[in-house]
Amino acid sequence: MRRDLIFILISVEIMLNGAGVAFVAAGSRWGQPDGQIMFLFILAMAAAEVAIGLALVLRLYHHRHTLDADAISDMRG
Amino acid sequence: METAFYIAGAVAIISTVFTITRLNAVHALLYLVVSLLAVAVAFYTMGAPLVAALEVIIYAGAIMVLFVFVVMMLNLGRRAVESERRLMQGTIWVGPSVLSALLIVEVVYLIARVGLPGLPPGSGSGMLAPKQVGIALYGPYVIGVELASMLLLGALVGACHLGRPVSEKAEARYDGNSDGSRARSGGSVVRAGVGRSADAP
Repeated sequence: MRRDLIFILISVEIMLNGAGVAFVAAGSRWGQPDGQIMFLFILAMAAAEVAIGLALVLRLYHHRHTLDADAISDMRG
Repeated sequence: METAFYIAGAVAIISTVFTITRLNAVHALLYLVVSLLAVAVAFYTMGAPLVAALEVIIYAGAIMVLFVFVVMMLNLGRRAVESERRLMQGTIWVGPSVLSALLIVEVVYLIARVGLPGLPPGSGSGMLAPKQVGIALYGPYVIGVELASMLLLGALVGACHLGRPVSEKAEARYDGNSDGSRARSGGSVVRAGVGRSADAP
């Protein structure tokens, strides 16, 4: 199992993009603009998530010098 | 138009599979950029030109540049130079280049067929102009726009807080015990609140 935090964030991006594709395709199928609007909201959410996530990754690398997600499993709450 | 959609979808699936199977983060990001561009072409053929443009500008532009910057910041030292050399002389760039060449051929074909100012007549159902999307976005969905702006503001403040430079003393404190630093910062917060309440009548 891969535990690289960068790849975890990349995979989250892929999943969000897949949900966006589903929204846009459904909106295009019924001719409504709502699907595209949902995609815009997903886009804003993805931008916020990436900014926070990458800042956390940089911070973690600064402290622990690793990108392994298992290395910080001793942070209990 | 349908053939173009299927080709773009196939390119997107192939490049996404390559994204999640690469071991090097930079190679994965290259394939991810190609995947996002392919999804943008698919959006264009589905009759959503505004979303296609935003996919290229924000996803493949801004977010991927953020990823690449972070990977380059983390991958310091001699290992980075060696990997850069391998990247330049190896055959790593062939896969993304072939896939994106396929996409650019497709886009040139689509634009040449319908002409630049005209927008594609969507496949099957009608296409949705950016005007309709804008009207709906600032009509019934205006509260969502406000919520998105609050979310982005929160992300901005959070990223500024997390990305601030760490002093040597604070770093030593973090490395020693995290409980002490948490208790100390909590204590200062409590003191500030107490002082403010004492000033109030």
